[in-house]
This record gives sequence, C-alpha cells and structure tokens, in this order.
Amino acid sequence: MCLGIPGQIVAITAPERMMAMAEVSGVRREVNVACVADGPLEALIGEWVLIHVGFAMSRIDPEEAEKTLIALHELGEVAEATGQMAEADRALAQ
Amino acid sequence: MKYATEFRDPAAAKTLLARIAHVADTLGASREAPIPIMEICGGHTHSIFRYGLDKLVHEGIEFVHGPGCPVCVLPRARVDEAIQLATRPEVIFTTFGDAMRVPGASQSLLQAKAAGADVRMVYSPLDALELARRNPEREVVFFGIGFETTTPSTALAIQQAAREGLTNFSVFCNHITVPEPLKAILDDPFMNLAGFIGPGHVSMVIGTHPYDFIARDYHKPVVVAGFEPLDILQSVLMLLTQIAEQRAGVENQYARVVPENGNPVSIAAMADVYEKRPSFEWRGLGEIDSSGLRIRPAYRAFDAEEKFGIGYAGIRAEIADPEGCACGQVMIGHLKPTQCPHFGKGCTPETPLGALMVSSEGACAAYWQYGGARAAAE
Ligand code: SF4
Repeated sequence: MCLGIPGQIVAITAPERMMAMAEVSGVRREVNVACVADGPLEALIGEWVLIHVGFAMSRIDPEEAEKTLIALHELGEVAEATGQMAEADRALAQ
Repeated sequence: MKYATEFRDPAAAKTLLARIAHVADTLGASREAPIPIMEICGGHTHSIFRYGLDKLVHEGIEFVHGPGCPVCVLPRARVDEAIQLATRPEVIFTTFGDAMRVPGASQSLLQAKAAGADVRMVYSPLDALELARRNPEREVVFFGIGFETTTPSTALAIQQAAREGLTNFSVFCNHITVPEPLKAILDDPFMNLAGFIGPGHVSMVIGTHPYDFIARDYHKPVVVAGFEPLDILQSVLMLLTQIAEQRAGVENQYARVVPENGNPVSIAAMADVYEKRPSFEWRGLGEIDSSGLRIRPAYRAFDAEEKFGIGYAGIRAEIADPEGCACGQVMIGHLKPTQCPHFGKGCTPETPLGALMVSSEGACAAYWQYGGARAAAE
C-alpha cells in the first residue's frame, strides 16, 4: 500500500476537482493531481507521476518511472495495483 | 550469487556488496555479533526478501523488520469495530484490499462480507466518494488506514466531500504516524539498533526532518531509502559509513523523489483535517502516545466514529492478541517470525492468525513467501 505506482498524465478531466486521467501500465484511471499541481493543470499533460491510492503524490522523470515500474513488476505490485483498480470499478458498478 | 542475476545492474550490486563487506569487516561485524539495522517500512521488508538481500549482504549485517506495515499494526479491536460498521444495514463499507483479510477477534472483513455485509474493495478513497454520490440513500464509510503516505488522500477526500456538501460519506480513521512508534522502540531498553533505513514514500510526504530527533537525541543514523534493491544496498552502505565515522545524521538516498521538506499540499491537507489523538492502539505494541490521527471537530460530520458512536467515540472492548502469538515481538524486531510458535503451523497466509502474515509487507508473510521459511517451519 505504501509503494506508489508510476503513471503518465494524459488528460485533465475535472479541473474543479483537480482530477486528471492517467495511464498506469496500460490501464486508464482518473487520479487527483492536487499534490503535484503548481501552475495550470494542462502543464501536467505528458508528465510522469507517482500515484498512491488514486492521488498523484510526486512528479518523477520518465527514466525513474521506467525503473520503478520494472521493480514493481518484480515485486508483483503492478498486477496488484491494476487488479485493485479493476476490483474498484466493479464495486462502483454494483 | 544466484540472486545477483536478477538485478538490473548486477555489476553495481556487486560493487555495493563488496563495499558493504569492507566496512562491516573494519567494524568487526560478524554473524555472532551483527550490526542490527531496522528497515522501518514494510515495502522495504518485501523488497529485501524478494531480492534475498538478507542473504547477499555481509553476514555481519542484520535486517531487523520494523513496524511500517499499516495492516500489520491494526489491532483486533479496530477490525471488530470496522465489522460492526460494515454490518449496519444502511452502510456500504469501503476498504483497500489489504485490510480485507486481517483477522479480528472472530472474523475478518472478508468473512463478514461472505456473511452478507456490504463490504466493497476500492482502490482509492475517491472511489468511496463516488459511491456516496451514486448511492445517496446509503451511508458510505471508508476504512482509512495507513501512514503518512495514504493519510493525505483521505484528508483530500474529506475536504472534497465537504465542498460538495455530501452528507452520506464518512471515514473510519485509523491513520497513524511513523515517528512516534520509532520513539517507543528507541525508548525500549532491550532494543539494540545501530541505525534505520527510513521509509521512502512516507518521507516523500513529510520530508526528512521528522527523523531529526533520532540522530539528535538517540545518536542513531537514519538513511531515507528508495525501495529498489540497489537503493537499499546503497542505504546500508551509507548507514555503515556513518557508523564507521561515528556520525549520526539523517541522510537522503532517495532525493530523486523525497524533497527535504516533503509535499506542502499534502502536509497542509493533513493539518487541516486531522489532529493527533492522545494515544492510539497498535497491534502487539499497545497504546502509543500521539501516534494516531483523528478527524478535527470542524470535519466531525465525516468522522464515522462520531457519526455511529463507535471506537474511541464509544465503548471500546479490550481484545487481547491470540494466545502465544508473537506479533508484537516480531513487529519491533525482538523475534524473527520463525521464532513464533504459530509460524507455519496455526498461522499461514491462507489462514492468518496475525496480521503480519496477511500483507506482502508483513515480515511473517515475507518470510513465508521467500527463502527457506517453509523449511524452517517443517
Ligand atoms: S507467525 Fe502469525 S501469529 Fe506468529 S508473529 Fe507472525 S503473524 Fe503473528
């Protein structure tokens, strides 16, 4: 739970709620960007961030993102995170 | 060195291991008289076992596993209170998956769900908020657990709920803080630690200064570390170097993610929504002063304890840990998981007795999953 997962911001979805769409290991997920925004939200598009429980908590460079993803894959954390996202989608649809 | 082939950069790992061995030798560290280093964060524990770092490093380095696994330190009484909430007919109880299997006095949330409680696994507190929007006739309660890495997320979710005027969303707050249990461990006269590997992602939020007291008052070095294997090895080397030079400071190996002063938005959100509880119960460790957070009166409407009169806002049951279980001793590094009489017998990941066996960040589960633990139990 304490390991974040890297994602790339691909669009701003609801600026009034600081929400953006991120692509996380092939899965699209809406995330909150309040903790990484320090200017216009549009500037975040294309940026890599470390995502914890649906919140972008830190900006990281692409190389760091790639290294982190490899390590997380080996720890089984990527499958766990994307599995939780899918499970959450089911919980919402219920 | 069979593990080394799994490293992205085996040459770098080899060099670090050799340098660690050199310093350990000059310090006279041996298997009989090892240098005990505590990794505070369960993510580090998982990584250490996954890569077999405990076997690769010089035998005079001992990794002592710390209390930094949020579900591991959740006491049985809190799980029972969560189940009480979840079984209320009007409640949709939302939780991270990790917390589903943590045993309470008689049940886990997973078992409560099987028995008919509306328990839903979510990825984020924002999912719980969305459920509240979609189900105005139901009460959506989010099980807030975790250290400073997840605390800002529930704070921001509560602020958002307040802005929207949602009246059917609340948080059952079990957020805890890292520095206070470390102080409790350092004050333990039986504790013998030479230094600490500091948690990377907690520090990304709170910065490195909350650990200053460890160096200043207890003269122990701290190195905040990333969780990749090379990060951990590098941090071990940085700690040993401080020890060899008789220094004790807080150093930051993970500066690429951890700013010295943390994340200002997160810190502000936490300060706005939460205040310290006088004390909070930790599984195996008992009550620790100022170690837990509760929701400030200004946000009382979003506090599930106040809303439903349970937990610290109600009458709390005293629930002891299971007979003979060594969770508390393992949690603070006094015992190895294999020294617990239940390890691998009454307690396995399939039938966990203690929470340390539930999460991949728990020392017992990590021992079981990687490296000879099964053999030791048989
Ligand atoms: S083996 Fe089970 S009961 Fe024993 S310390 Fe580990 S989690 Fe607790």
